[in-house]
Amino acid sequence: MTVLSPRTLAEACSAAASNPNADLLAGGTDLMVEVNSGHRRPTDVISLGAIAELREWSIGEDRITIGAGVTFAKIASGELATAAPALAMAARTVGSPQIRNAATLGGNLGTGSPAGDSLPVLAALNASVVLTSVHGQREIPLSEFCVGPKRTDRQPGELITAVRIDRLNGPQEFCKLGTRQAMVISVVSVAVVADTSSTSVRVGLGAVGPVPLRAPEAEAFAAEAINWSGQTSVDTETCRRFAELVRDAARPIDDHRSTAEYRRHATGVLAARALRRIFP
Amino acid sequence: MSDLVSYRLNVNGQDRTVADGRLGESLLYVLRERLGLAGAKNACEQGECGSCSVMVDDELVCSCLVLAASAEGRDIRTIESLAPEGELSYVQQAFVDAGAVQCGFCTPGLIVSVHDLLERQPDATDIEVREALSGNLCRCTGYGRILEAVRIAAAERLADGSESRA
Repeated sequence: MTVLSPRTLAEACSAAASNPNADLLAGGTDLMVEVNSGHRRPTDVISLGAIAELREWSIGEDRITIGAGVTFAKIASGELATAAPALAMAARTVGSPQIRNAATLGGNLGTGSPAGDSLPVLAALNASVVLTSVHGQREIPLSEFCVGPKRTDRQPGELITAVRIDRLNGPQEFCKLGTRQAMVISVVSVAVVADTSSTSVRVGLGAVGPVPLRAPEAEAFAAEAINWSGQTSVDTETCRRFAELVRDAARPIDDHRSTAEYRRHATGVLAARALRRIFP
Repeated sequence: MSDLVSYRLNVNGQDRTVADGRLGESLLYVLRERLGLAGAKNACEQGECGSCSVMVDDELVCSCLVLAASAEGRDIRTIESLAPEGELSYVQQAFVDAGAVQCGFCTPGLIVSVHDLLERQPDATDIEVREALSGNLCRCTGYGRILEAVRIAAAERLADGSESRA
């Protein structure tokens, strides 16, 4: 076993090119759990924690770029939280303070769990993922990056280096359901974001499909139903129909954390709650 | 190739050599089994319980989730650094005064977390304290006396007016 700790992105790309099957270590909150339990015995590890370039972010007019090494603690407060409030809400539900200080956005994507807390928000914010290798850089939509449960389009030798998301004008909400309030893996999570500039609503769903899902019919319905120019509060009937359409977009399964039936029901409940919160 | 390696870690301000360690070892394991620092406790090994909490580069983290060999060059602070040998930090004293210790296993992790909280947010409200300690599980006390200890420590810290005390 070897542990490489490159200091720059260029060094990291070279290390990944020479060790294409190395395990990539960011915050360690997924990888080390598997190592400690003996479920994974890495031969080579590339530790990404020393690369300052991966911990940068920039907030542009229309898009926000967040380095893969930015932690959930950073995303949960400050200017990133103002620019992407739903992502901040999701970040605040990740694990515990100890986990949020270590765990990174890039790591959440790299693990690619359907229950990854950031994923539904990234889906709603039209995220793209930037992948870098010695051969150059490519940027692909989240929908192409996530190909299945814990399976991504990242190729051997590639590093996730950044995530780009929309910067929107309008309220955002993230709701997560688990068996307790802190330190819990989601059973269902729902992100609803509104953009007053384009008068659109977008919905991201987590833990109710093999990959993060959108709810296009519910989004179109909400965009029509909302009175964008005047009083923006939504009525009970709008919430009910929205919940129904979001629920229909879920593709949950039975597993050790919940049942498909309960997940489908809860998806609707969370969708209505989120819509009511952003248009009170 | 042998998996046994030697590397250096900066722990509690001291340069320590980890001799013949295995590369997959967590920082928690190295602290306890190779460097003789048994304050951080090993319970869940999956970042759920907070018993192994330490500071790495001024961030509160679970040492069980830090790959020790990747922590070279980083500033590692454990519970042992909070007060001189044989003395108690103001947070430790508050835990004693409040009777916040029962079996004691979660206590070092909690103390490290409370120090971190009160450094950053000396006037944290009860709900902020609860959120800050949500990563430290205690199966004995029901948390009431722990929260009381935090109140005592916060008051003591304010009364003392010192920003830098241990």
